[in-house]
Amino acid sequence: MSGVTQNVENVDDIDYSDIEAKYKVEYDDSFDNTLIVDGVPIIDKSKLERLLTKICKEFSRKGVPVKPDDIFMPWDESTGKSKGYLFMDFRNANDANTALLAMDNHPFDAKHTFKLNRFDDGEKYANMDETYVEPEIEEYTPREHLRAWLTDPQGRDQYVVYRGDDVEIFWHGKPSQCELAYKPDWKDFLYVSWSPQGTYIATLHRQGVRLWGGPSWKPQQRFAHPLVKLIDFSPCENYVVTWSNEPIVVPEGKPQGPQYFSPDDEGNNLAVWDIKSGHLLRTFSTNTGTEGAVKRQMQWPALKWSPDDKFVARVTPGQMISVHELPSMFLHDKKSLKIEGVVDFEWCPLSDKDRDEVEKVASVGAKGAKKAPENMIAYWTPEVANQPARVTLLSFPGRAILRQKNLFNVSECKLHWQNQGDFLCVKVDRHTKTKKSIFCNLEIFRVREKDFPVEVVELKDTVTDFSWEPKGERFAIVSTNDPNLGNPGPGITIKTDVSFYQLDRVKNDFKLLKTLPNRTSNAIRWSPRGRFVVLATVGSSTKSELEFWDLDFTLEDRRDGQVVKEDWGSSIQSLGLADHYGVTDVEWDPSGRYLATSASAWTHTLENGYAIWDFRGQELLKQIQDRFKQFLWRPRPRTLLSKDQQKQIRKNLKEFSRVFEEEDQRESENVNTELLALRRRLVDEWNAWRARSKKELGEGQGHDHAKEKQSEEDKEEIEVWVEEVVEQIEEEVED
Amino acid sequence: MRPILLQGHERSLTQIKYNRDGDLLFSCSKDHVINVWYTHNGERLGTYDGHNGTVWTVDVDSESRFFVSGSADNQLRLWNVATGKCLYTWEFPTAVKRVAFSEDDKQVVCITEQRMGYQCTIRVFNISRIGDSSKQSKEPAHIFNPIGSKATVCAFTSQPSIIFTGHESGKVALFNFKTGEEVDSNERAHSDVVTDLQMSPDKTYCITSSKDKSARIHDTKTLDVIKTFTTETPLNSAAIAPNKPYVLLGGGQEAMSVTTTSLRQGKFETRFWHKVFEEEVGRVKGHFGPINTCVFFL
Repeated sequence: MSGVTQNVENVDDIDYSDIEAKYKVEYDDSFDNTLIVDGVPIIDKSKLERLLTKICKEFSRKGVPVKPDDIFMPWDESTGKSKGYLFMDFRNANDANTALLAMDNHPFDAKHTFKLNRFDDGEKYANMDETYVEPEIEEYTPREHLRAWLTDPQGRDQYVVYRGDDVEIFWHGKPSQCELAYKPDWKDFLYVSWSPQGTYIATLHRQGVRLWGGPSWKPQQRFAHPLVKLIDFSPCENYVVTWSNEPIVVPEGKPQGPQYFSPDDEGNNLAVWDIKSGHLLRTFSTNTGTEGAVKRQMQWPALKWSPDDKFVARVTPGQMISVHELPSMFLHDKKSLKIEGVVDFEWCPLSDKDRDEVEKVASVGAKGAKKAPENMIAYWTPEVANQPARVTLLSFPGRAILRQKNLFNVSECKLHWQNQGDFLCVKVDRHTKTKKSIFCNLEIFRVREKDFPVEVVELKDTVTDFSWEPKGERFAIVSTNDPNLGNPGPGITIKTDVSFYQLDRVKNDFKLLKTLPNRTSNAIRWSPRGRFVVLATVGSSTKSELEFWDLDFTLEDRRDGQVVKEDWGSSIQSLGLADHYGVTDVEWDPSGRYLATSASAWTHTLENGYAIWDFRGQELLKQIQDRFKQFLWRPRPRTLLSKDQQKQIRKNLKEFSRVFEEEDQRESENVNTELLALRRRLVDEWNAWRARSKKELGEGQGHDHAKEKQSEEDKEEIEVWVEEVVEQIEEEVED
Repeated sequence: MRPILLQGHERSLTQIKYNRDGDLLFSCSKDHVINVWYTHNGERLGTYDGHNGTVWTVDVDSESRFFVSGSADNQLRLWNVATGKCLYTWEFPTAVKRVAFSEDDKQVVCITEQRMGYQCTIRVFNISRIGDSSKQSKEPAHIFNPIGSKATVCAFTSQPSIIFTGHESGKVALFNFKTGEEVDSNERAHSDVVTDLQMSPDKTYCITSSKDKSARIHDTKTLDVIKTFTTETPLNSAAIAPNKPYVLLGGGQEAMSVTTTSLRQGKFETRFWHKVFEEEVGRVKGHFGPINTCVFFL
């Protein structure tokens, strides 16, 4: 008590120094609003006023007003002349900065050029420590391997599922090996997207794009493109293109640097980024200035990459194709390809062989090996006045026209490259003279042969989907003559025919293998390895069939170059039929062994979810999930095995597979025992909990009622019966 | 086993209930009528007329002497099972959504709807079983308003003066009806309206169904979720099978939200799930609309 009063009495003695130190007002004694201007003419006092007004005028002209009062000019008292420099005060540091930018190196007159410096800089450099200090080297932390998922001992593939607000990444393999790989806590994004070789996964946020990867799914890179809506990776994963429907705005005070938009980018909405550095390379505008004209739906991807990531091109419809070089993003050869009327174009994909060569060239260096093959562009122009429509093959960067073909009565063309670049199919929608009905021609360029011979397949019906067999010489089309085509309504499912064609090596033309009439299928999905194909009815409210076909059923295994001679089309065999109600997406896994179908809540809200099938149409997994949105297999990069190694494996397949078969055997035994154990445990837990609550009940009530209950309850013992099918033999009995 | 189709209502059913012996089945419906059926052959024993609005709920006592019904005409009625006579009628400001007898048949709990400025109210009545029982006290023995989300279902528990409730928000709770206080609650038991609540024979656990497409088994003492059964359709009802480790779930897309009249989209099948393993074991087709209520003979 006494201590407290004493303290109050001696108020003046209290030591406030710590508080004072804490709240001391810092006076701004810097000179960051002062500049030194060098290179001012040396004058005597009589001319001072005129000089100052002149200088002020010069500064004001560049948008930095100065008053003569703010200028201090030092004088050499001995000579009575100025010293050739002066000090200038500005309202604030910002103004000083603008003046520095605008007036440094400004030619005042023929003899004098202003050199501006910050006042602070002078002091800073004067006080600089002269001794050299070795910079500290940052410790090297090895980064995670971005392709670690490929080293999975079981060789499983991954897929990502986006449901509600949650993303989950799963392993997919044999039934016992399917498990959750990672559950990220990414928040507030539009959707996810894998890069084409599966190295990264991108999420699209309000602020921009984020890339994730590596075994711990750490953030790998980010691109600040606000309100981004679409994303596209370059084929070799070096670059990424983002698009937003909102034009770029650069508000003041935004961070600056090579990773951010600068004021020059304002108004554009397409951006190209370097993935490794995160730097912004260039922005474009997708509004091509054709206001007033019918606004066509934007094509996506708006920028098309050459398969080797060396060029990126975009088309200005009707005018030109602009090809930009990477990584500078300058226009190649400083000029676009001016092609009047051009509608669309496609790069020719690289075949595996081409890719090997490209890699060889890259590793040996430019000299040693022969030059890498040139890229190729295919484009088409419509009929204008007297000119026929035209499809052109152009080499790039050589810009030589390799082949041109004229076409008549064309209403629309679609370019389809086979994935090895061996064939180009131009699907030509042609109209009859009266323009009332539409039929279809397939013009197939055999790109690998001399002079690019063209085969024509004429069809009477409209072709709604076309698809090449990957690495193959076959293609499938969906055609229809349904009068309802073009006026979709609820409940209308268009009747279609599906046909397979194959290159006949002897006659060198494409021949019909088989037609499957009266289907509803409207989507063709080839397995990435070829041979197997799934025909699906997508986007219909009444039909949702999946048909699984094998095109080489009778062949033991497919040998390269050998074609079925005897029975044309006899090797096509249906493997299975399935149904996934409301299916919206159909996608093969990268290995071509499994097929995933999904019904996304983005399209409709009925029975959303996904299913995984094997290539024969057997359902392996089905998940019906509310608010399910997206299913994506993780792509795989190209194999690292050489051709010989692959051949070796194919030859000794029996030996390799033995190990796996044994593993499967063990596995299946394990699964049964595990399931049994799990069920035992669940039953034990349940019974234990029941016993506990019964005991509590007994204590709580204690009257005769409980006893009566007890006897009834005794019946409720749960037992487990396990039925194991040892073998099941189906015999056909003839009578 | 042969299914028996009971046809006797003109509008959709709202609740069905077995008596304790299992020989009678009570059904109530939106057509204002309550029916009672012989379960062994599906013959109708009789109807109970008198309500002037959708009959939302019924419950029968353990001796099959009396049963109570609650209706949208704001009435709670006590009936004589055998004679079909209405013994007593209580009137409330709003509709009666749920009724339940206590274990000793001496009390009835009822939930009235939150509407027209009236709060959702839970009342407990003492039922006099003397004489012909037509003399009942008009005033409830206990009355309280649960705070927060309104209650949709309720039942007596094995603990004295504690009732178990399910709420519109998906919450389940225990209330002491003598004091009106919330003893315990589990706010996140479901994420949507709790549509049904059925007790195990000894009332130590119960099953709830919800529009969030799942059904759950709760411990009635701790409110812990013991088991979860997740389906792909909104559920209207869930029942526990006696002496067998199964539960029965029913539901389906509501008629107004089914876009086309395809059977598969409505998912009107009755589902059987294994109670302990949480695995679906089977489905029974046959309904053409959502299943509103299902029950097992306990």
